[in-house]
Amino acid sequence: MRALTDTWTMTKRSLRHTTRSVDTIITVVLMPIALLLLFVYVFGGALGTQTGSVDYVDFITPGVVIMTVVSGIAYAAVRLSTDLQKGIISRFRTMPVAPSSVLSGQALSSTLSNLFSCLLVIGVAFLVGFRPEADLGAWLWFVALLVLFTLATTWLAMLFGLLAKSVEGAGAFSYILLLLIFISPSFVPTDSMTPVLRGLAENQPMTPIIETMRSLMTEGTTGPDLWAALAWAAGILVVSYTLALAVYRRRAPVQAAA
Amino acid sequence: MERTNAIEVRSLAKGYKGVPVLQDVSFTVEPGTVFALLGANGSGKTTTINILTTLIGADGGTASVGGFDVAGQAAEVREQISLTGQFAAVDDMLTARENLVLMGELRHVADPRQTAADLLATFDLEAAADRRLATFSGGMRRRLDIAMSLVGDSPIVFFDEPTTGLDPQSRADMWLTIRRLVDNGTTIFLTTQYLDEADHLADQIAILHGGRIVARGTPDELKATVPAGFVELEFGDDAQLAAAERALGERHEVSRADAKLLVATTGSVADLADVFIRLNDSGIEPTGFSRQLPTLDDVFFKILDDDKDDKESQHASAH
Repeated sequence: MRALTDTWTMTKRSLRHTTRSVDTIITVVLMPIALLLLFVYVFGGALGTQTGSVDYVDFITPGVVIMTVVSGIAYAAVRLSTDLQKGIISRFRTMPVAPSSVLSGQALSSTLSNLFSCLLVIGVAFLVGFRPEADLGAWLWFVALLVLFTLATTWLAMLFGLLAKSVEGAGAFSYILLLLIFISPSFVPTDSMTPVLRGLAENQPMTPIIETMRSLMTEGTTGPDLWAALAWAAGILVVSYTLALAVYRRRAPVQAAA
Repeated sequence: MERTNAIEVRSLAKGYKGVPVLQDVSFTVEPGTVFALLGANGSGKTTTINILTTLIGADGGTASVGGFDVAGQAAEVREQISLTGQFAAVDDMLTARENLVLMGELRHVADPRQTAADLLATFDLEAAADRRLATFSGGMRRRLDIAMSLVGDSPIVFFDEPTTGLDPQSRADMWLTIRRLVDNGTTIFLTTQYLDEADHLADQIAILHGGRIVARGTPDELKATVPAGFVELEFGDDAQLAAAERALGERHEVSRADAKLLVATTGSVADLADVFIRLNDSGIEPTGFSRQLPTLDDVFFKILDDDKDDKESQHASAH
């Protein structure tokens, strides 16, 4: 019970951080929106011919939404790292507060703010012609998968935030995830890639998630990759959660510079 | 009936990457008293505080705080303590009031908003209560930091170098805050580099040097181990200096420092007068003189000298 109320207290604190740095939300949504426009209006003419009967904007929107999450979770890592460097985590650790509350509060607020960013991006997608075939059930699956993916990658980000030696380093890992989005069927079908890249693109964790979300949007069904998508997301979540808590417990206090 | 000690430390040891930081550190702190751990930078003060506040584990020895073992009963220890670290651990994105309410909610006090309001008044932060900390001066941040530590009235409060880097007024305020806490029955554990601070505040002092407790006692007991300051004398020429050295050397401990003569005194009027009477009797006129009060350095050097002498005499007797 106490852990729950403490988690809520920490979530409120984290949400205040988010709402007081609106510039970070703008930064988070700006790149996915810019890429969305770039792909639809600049590359779409050429790339759109490869996506068959599916409109190019419908094809790429799920990938752009995933990209929004990936650029957003970096802030969870940065905020956690800042808290460590500034010594406020040391204060929490000497208080009767469950370790999981400190991290879960950060994870919950990060998930909420990322979902908000996704909402903005999907809104822009609608403006440029995104017309999904999804019914209510498909939308619910879409949101559930998005929440699970956001939670999993947020905990992964926080693990990196805890391990990073500096605030600058804490956010850097999301570049790896961003790269993985490009080496996936997010923007072009994998059959157009070289064999090596194609192997990577078809077997990396984000591919089944993106494929399932696209299937939900373009066909209204979960498609063949649902279980792989759920397994990857749940697996990343469990492993990251466990490791992040273990690292948090062992992390020596940072001696702030005088 | 014997009361449980607020803090009890036995043979504590800690190393980082094979380098010992604390070795065989032992002390006890009685409830409702102020204990000062005195030491220079790098002596192991913060490491000791980190172990006692459950932030890091020890490699050896035991420590209990509020009757609970810091290793095995960390959760219980955290219910008893609060820590004001060396650097203000405040949330810059929140206002002063929000920082205090946050602490109140995490400590599960009955009315976090009321607790926050009371502390804002006590620490003279009411005018700035609803401003974000980005606009706060260093002194205000420090005051808020301390106020946050006092939310929930922990019976044992740790201060890691509470006055390092503070201006004289803030330092005086800090001392007053600590005195008030003790008057209310709080046990205080503080670290400091300043002898006068330990002297002013502490009931018991332990001096930490190179990871070991090299001296322990009340402020008076410790001060009695070093001369109560020096008189520094300057002379016009070397002949005068040498003459003064002979004249004073009969009765006082003298040493040369550059072209000056340092005379150790007990600090009493009689002892000081004797220095000048001897100079006068020998017809030596110093060109200048000043008094130097004992510093932590003096205590250290005295203790280290004694330590070295002990080892040498042990070494000699072994042969």
